[in-house]
Amino acid sequence: MESHEWFRQEGDVAIIGITDYAQAEIQDIVYVELPDVGSYVTQKTEFGVIESVKAAFALYAPVSGKVIAVNESLEDVPEFVNTSPYDAGWLIKIRMTEEKELEALLDAERYQAHIGA
Amino acid sequence: MPLHYGSIVTEHLSVRRSVGLFDLSHMGQLEVCGEEAGKLLQNLCTNDISRLKDGQALYTLICQESGGIVDDVIVYRFTNMRYMVVVNAANIEKDRAWLETHNTTGAALTDLSEKIVLIALQGPGAIETLNTLVPHGDVPALPFFGFTRVTVAGISTLISRTGYTGEVGFELYVDVHDGEKFWNILYPAVEAAGGAPIGLGARNTLRLEAGLRLYGMDINERTTPLEAGLARFVKLDKGEFIGRNALLMQRKSGIRRCLIGFQMLGRKMIARTGYDVFREGLHIGTVTSGAPAPSLRCNIGFAYIDLDGKHSPTNLNIDIQIRGKRYPAKIVKVPFYSR
Repeated sequence: MESHEWFRQEGDVAIIGITDYAQAEIQDIVYVELPDVGSYVTQKTEFGVIESVKAAFALYAPVSGKVIAVNESLEDVPEFVNTSPYDAGWLIKIRMTEEKELEALLDAERYQAHIGA
Repeated sequence: MPLHYGSIVTEHLSVRRSVGLFDLSHMGQLEVCGEEAGKLLQNLCTNDISRLKDGQALYTLICQESGGIVDDVIVYRFTNMRYMVVVNAANIEKDRAWLETHNTTGAALTDLSEKIVLIALQGPGAIETLNTLVPHGDVPALPFFGFTRVTVAGISTLISRTGYTGEVGFELYVDVHDGEKFWNILYPAVEAAGGAPIGLGARNTLRLEAGLRLYGMDINERTTPLEAGLARFVKLDKGEFIGRNALLMQRKSGIRRCLIGFQMLGRKMIARTGYDVFREGLHIGTVTSGAPAPSLRCNIGFAYIDLDGKHSPTNLNIDIQIRGKRYPAKIVKVPFYSR
């Protein structure tokens, strides 16, 4: 799962989810464990877990910051991550604290090359 | 066998509701022939091979002298001169060596694993699906663990009323040269019956719901059949066999740990292999298999727990540690699911 999270920047806020490629690999998502609002996450460290029928997958934060929202609809409908990974299946919103971390991230084109698409 | 063909849950439910097709060509088949074949197997197996008649198979453990499990296998008797042992894929080499080492009486051993393709057809629609492919549209009636040879869509097939899903079904053995053709005939027949091909992921959840142990996870060389709750496949009164002395002693002194089935009390948390099990704050064991049970809509698993002699394990409340926190679970009867 490492490096299969996407993020979308809106000012100093990052919306984070997992890619379509990752959801297809994981399949059958049954539970998503997310951090508490108000907690802090650190780039490249684990911030949550996705459980599928087959296994548990760790989620890694693409950027550091304070969690300002989590997708509470996943509590009841974790399948959103499978069916709508970029939209209804978003995971958390972070207020970014380290602007320069963005430089290390892959853009969509380089990610596509990375997964061999 | 792929992990899945799309969705583990969908595949799982199609086996429970209609029929599923499994490519199990990775499984191993060892043939044991000759006048001493039965004697060799009787000495290696914990179950009573001498009770088998032609056309019957049985599930048995093969144990070390220590009672540790070398493999769990199915032994087929064609005649008193010819048997086939179906073994776990990861154990083919080990089992073959084990048979050779103990073959002091001159039975003929042949590894047929590369010559045989095994395809399973499992689910309530299995008989009907197979009926569409056999002469006169009628599969011979077979008892559970019975087998016979039938022509299926023009291909000579050993059909066996066995499986690893908790459903009615067949395991079908054909020559490797017919394997691809056979799959390509079965596949549309299964789809026409509303079924689907099934991957390793659903094979695992199906067998877990049915309470069936998986070698390498729930049983291995460091566990005995008595600890694994498989005593009914150990016939200590059948006469001498490898592991009997150790198992007799263990039965006499009492087992100190046992395999139990558990159900998580919450809907969300899933126990996985290696997670620790607690009771009243004390560490009492380890999870060996755990997964969501798609037919039961709860999360289940197997664990070994220490027995304190005071409590019967059934219905005992336990806690399972998941990512640093403990969550309640209950020990329940196995199988979790039965038709």
